[in-house]
Amino acid sequence: MSDIRMTTTEKTDRLDEKAPPGTGIAQVGERAARRKERLVAWAFLAPFMIAFLMFVVWPMLHGAWLSFTDQSLAGSGGNFVGLDNYAEAFADSTMWGAIRNTVWFTIISTVPLVLFAMVMALLVNTGLPGQWLWRLSFFMPFLLASTVISQIWAWIFNPEIGAANAVLSAVGLEPLAWLQTPHLDLISITIATVWWTVGFNFLLYLAALQNIPESQYEAAAVDGAGRWRQLWSITIPQLLPVTGVIFILQILASLKLFDQAYQMLGGISSDTSRPIVQYIFEAGFVGYRFGYAASISYVFFALIVVVGVIQMGILNRRKGQR
Amino acid sequence: MTTTAALPQIGSVKRSYKPGEGPFTPARILAFIALTVMALVWLLPFVWAVATSLKTETDAASGRLTLIGSEGISFAAFDTVLSEGNVYIWAWNSFWTSAVITFLTVAISALAAYAFSRMQFRGRATVFFAVIASIIVPPQVLIIPLYYQMLAFNMVDTYWGLILPQVVMAPIVFILKKFFDAVPIELEDAARVDGAGRLRVFWSVVLPLSKPILGAVSIFVFIQAWNNFLWPFIIINDTLLMTLPVGLQTVISAYGVAYAQVMAQAVLAALPLIVVFLFFQRQIVQGVATTGFGGK
Repeated sequence: MSDIRMTTTEKTDRLDEKAPPGTGIAQVGERAARRKERLVAWAFLAPFMIAFLMFVVWPMLHGAWLSFTDQSLAGSGGNFVGLDNYAEAFADSTMWGAIRNTVWFTIISTVPLVLFAMVMALLVNTGLPGQWLWRLSFFMPFLLASTVISQIWAWIFNPEIGAANAVLSAVGLEPLAWLQTPHLDLISITIATVWWTVGFNFLLYLAALQNIPESQYEAAAVDGAGRWRQLWSITIPQLLPVTGVIFILQILASLKLFDQAYQMLGGISSDTSRPIVQYIFEAGFVGYRFGYAASISYVFFALIVVVGVIQMGILNRRKGQR
Repeated sequence: MTTTAALPQIGSVKRSYKPGEGPFTPARILAFIALTVMALVWLLPFVWAVATSLKTETDAASGRLTLIGSEGISFAAFDTVLSEGNVYIWAWNSFWTSAVITFLTVAISALAAYAFSRMQFRGRATVFFAVIASIIVPPQVLIIPLYYQMLAFNMVDTYWGLILPQVVMAPIVFILKKFFDAVPIELEDAARVDGAGRLRVFWSVVLPLSKPILGAVSIFVFIQAWNNFLWPFIIINDTLLMTLPVGLQTVISAYGVAYAQVMAQAVLAALPLIVVFLFFQRQIVQGVATTGFGGK
């Protein structure tokens, strides 16, 4: 912190020396004022920036360093091993499996999480009575901790006495081992996740819908457009940019899957459901291999950055075309 | 007034139906039915959890789809959970650590955002860019080096180790800066002409104007902190220091097949935020909608 402040001050001092002779009193005063402004600014910034450097910037750099070492949680190791961790990670079928699970979950969760949210918001926005009840029903799950929703859904998906199978047998279908069957486990986790977090996107859509100027609907009504026509020619087009943003936020959120997957399966890792974040956790805190876990963290980070950059590119191009 | 208008307003929809269009058009009835079905589907898991928690263990284990078990309503599960577990301690830990995280996050973010918004200093654009760019870094990427750092600081298994890494939230700085940018500078200039220093202007002019946005981001940060799982799960091992989500997770196995008790525990853990939501629905909904987009 103080280093940054020193260098900026030094630079400006040097600039000040070059000031032309005959600088008036007023300018000296102005310069002093500017220096004071600078100090005050850094004083305002200091608490956040110190925390930012300590808990974001430094761990980023240190994590990068750790990924080139054989550091263990127990404290041993810590030797530079070059690209060994990355070489191992790219040859590690468990890691590729985790990436595949993460991407698959992102695909099958994002679509319903955006679509359901949009339908819910459109229906609520028609102004039907019971606004608070609709909002409560759709948004409340989002307020629950991952632990709570995991317990509720693990209970519903219980293979012997769970409600999901009771419903299936009531309509004459075979019961399923929802969380114990490979591949089905991730779908069960997706169902719980959609129930849990759709309310967040629902609120974002609701906010967007209510920002559409009333005058547009009035103008359309004057032109004789019915409700249905208004929906397709005003509401849906107006929602497109918001949908882009919600898609991006949702994809980035889904890629970070861990809490509910880990807890619904009771901490048991299955090759068909383990997300990449869980593999970081397992490598670091179960396998005690901090160096290796750090390298997987960076593979995950690269995935996030690539996905983020692609999305931004698509979004900006769409904006450019419009 | 201009400043509060910056928040998206989610209220009850005024445009309920057009003049000349009756309340009971077929389309509206269809929409009502669709909405009711969806709301029921969304409420059912929770209703089922509450129903299970009010059954005896025998009824719960019967697996029959009835809201009230054959032995009637029983509070035995709640009795057991409340008398045996550490639920109170965990709830308290969750509450006060979330409150501290919220206070620290909002305080340091507001100060920084104000500096970014209003003050001239060399490197402002670069530093602000670095802060905003960090939004792309998922906290999950940092858990390994952060844990290592906490080991070095002797903060593993301490409240500080739990709290401090959670107070850096770059999106909050971004949202607050955008808000401060929209505050008319004339108000501040008037106070400064009267000789008030920066801190004084910030405290007595800017902050009072910012109450709605500060409330909105505080709600958002509090919910995040209250529900945060991964970091508290990693950094805290001492049962008595655990937050509610982490603590509850440890006793699932302890209760084994006692489903009514597990559900009673889940219901108890869900209750505080649901009660708060019922009372402050409007503020929470607006807070989440404002913060959710990150000001986009």
